[in-house]
Amino acid sequence: MDFFFHLLINGLSIGLLYGLSAMGFVMIFKSSSVLNFAHGELMAIGAFLFLVLVSWAHVPIPVAFLITLVGSFVIGFAVERVFLRPLIGEHLIFVIMLTVGLASMFKGLLLFIFGGNLYIYPDFLPSSLGITINTLVIPPVYVASSMTGIIFLVLFGLFFKFSSQGIFMRSVADNQTASLSLGVHVRRVFALSWAIAALVAAMSGIVLGIINGTNVHEITSIGLKVFPVVILGGLDSIGGAIIGGIIIGLLETFTAGYISPALRDVIPYIILVFILLIKPYGLFGLVEIERV
Amino acid sequence: MKDATVLQINNISVVYSDVIQVLKGVSLSVEKHRIVSLLGSNGAGKTTTLKAISGLLHPENGKVTEGSIIYDGVPVQNSSPEEITRLGIIQVLEGRQPFKYLTIEENLRVGTAIRWTKPYKRDLEMVYHYFPSLVKRRKTLAGYCSGGELQMLVMGRALMAHPKLLLLDEPSLGLAPLVVKEIFRIIARINEEQGTTIILVEQNANMALQIAHYGYVMENGKIVMEGISSELRENPDVKEFYLGVGAGGVSRSYRDVKSYKRRKRWL
Repeated sequence: MDFFFHLLINGLSIGLLYGLSAMGFVMIFKSSSVLNFAHGELMAIGAFLFLVLVSWAHVPIPVAFLITLVGSFVIGFAVERVFLRPLIGEHLIFVIMLTVGLASMFKGLLLFIFGGNLYIYPDFLPSSLGITINTLVIPPVYVASSMTGIIFLVLFGLFFKFSSQGIFMRSVADNQTASLSLGVHVRRVFALSWAIAALVAAMSGIVLGIINGTNVHEITSIGLKVFPVVILGGLDSIGGAIIGGIIIGLLETFTAGYISPALRDVIPYIILVFILLIKPYGLFGLVEIERV
Repeated sequence: MKDATVLQINNISVVYSDVIQVLKGVSLSVEKHRIVSLLGSNGAGKTTTLKAISGLLHPENGKVTEGSIIYDGVPVQNSSPEEITRLGIIQVLEGRQPFKYLTIEENLRVGTAIRWTKPYKRDLEMVYHYFPSLVKRRKTLAGYCSGGELQMLVMGRALMAHPKLLLLDEPSLGLAPLVVKEIFRIIARINEEQGTTIILVEQNANMALQIAHYGYVMENGKIVMEGISSELRENPDVKEFYLGVGAGGVSRSYRDVKSYKRRKRWL
């Protein structure tokens, strides 16, 4: 039974991370219909920025965390401003191909600077963070990753529900012409969605780095998992992204635990195919409200 | 006393995708605190004229190629919608375009986009005061509201922006006659109480000329007639072609409307 709970906790915390990272992906898609193939690279950039600050510059952990937050936000903003804005109004396929190009470029740059080695963050999580229930031991990393996931999801939930900018972002996703007619700064909304996407990607990159260590190939390939996650959850649903993330996380860990670690990366895609056969728009994909 | 002219359109031409010319030299002027109505059949260029003013031609690949649009002394032709809305020109789009997955109140909050740092509670109350039927629907997703409620919603949303010049594109489209009456009554009230200048594009010439002070008739991308509303209402051509009443004051049978072809062009 302990083994089951152990897997459950692992799966949940990994799943929350996938969900958090997928949320960034969904935000870009919702506001501008762009599929961002550079998502894994944004995660890697965040993870390595944190690595540089902590291991090389020896900045205190909380400060390094904050700098990474702000830094990745700025990077996301700049990526939109420099690479994507000139393409506004062009065919979507060009924009999507551009993100494929961005992915190669970022990955190449990261490999050039850091190589393909595995880096480990210094162990900074206090061991008191771990939780022990009877014989079940939850290591501090998983507690920390779940906490990060939940905190950010709640924060962004509140942001979209109550803040003006959040409501403007949802309005652009809903009806772009109407939001233009009311003076919503649509280009700013695009930029903001990239900035937030880069920020949450960086957060999940850091936590993944704490769990597995940071390696360019590893993190970018995990970044690709946002695709099964968001397709499962429904491409345009933020809530769906989170639940899709948790489902994929659980599937992975249970497969690795009970069947075979080798199947770990395959099973999510197989289940995904079956779910899509039943619900082609994903679990929470938008079913158009027809009544107008 | 004549009020100051707030919007002056001088001989503008609008071309879509560099080839399709929709407006061919439209000129009109709008005085402050007035309701000006723009009449004409489908495809006459009414909506394009509004979009030229509000800057919404841009995302549709349209452009003002000639002429000028002067608002409050500032040329605004081909400015971006972000700039134009911040000057106080807000367009209410044709066919009610709510944000379907936002609640009524969230929809209204989007109207504060051009001054989003300021408090908005007062404005909400003002909108609910004009459109009381929205109050009980506050927390409902707009996608589930009726056509009349949605028309009130999109007008209320525009009011949240404190427009100085409100462009209304066919507010009566697809609504029951009683609701249309209610909507027009509210438009007249907004004009009177808020002092908002309004340009009203309509197919329902009868209703439009009742509340408007001045009217223009468009056809084929040109203005073909203008005048104060009471004169336009008495004009035999307008009577016949837009109000559906023959010169003698009686409805004509469909057969007689063949004269429509004969007299369609004024110019």
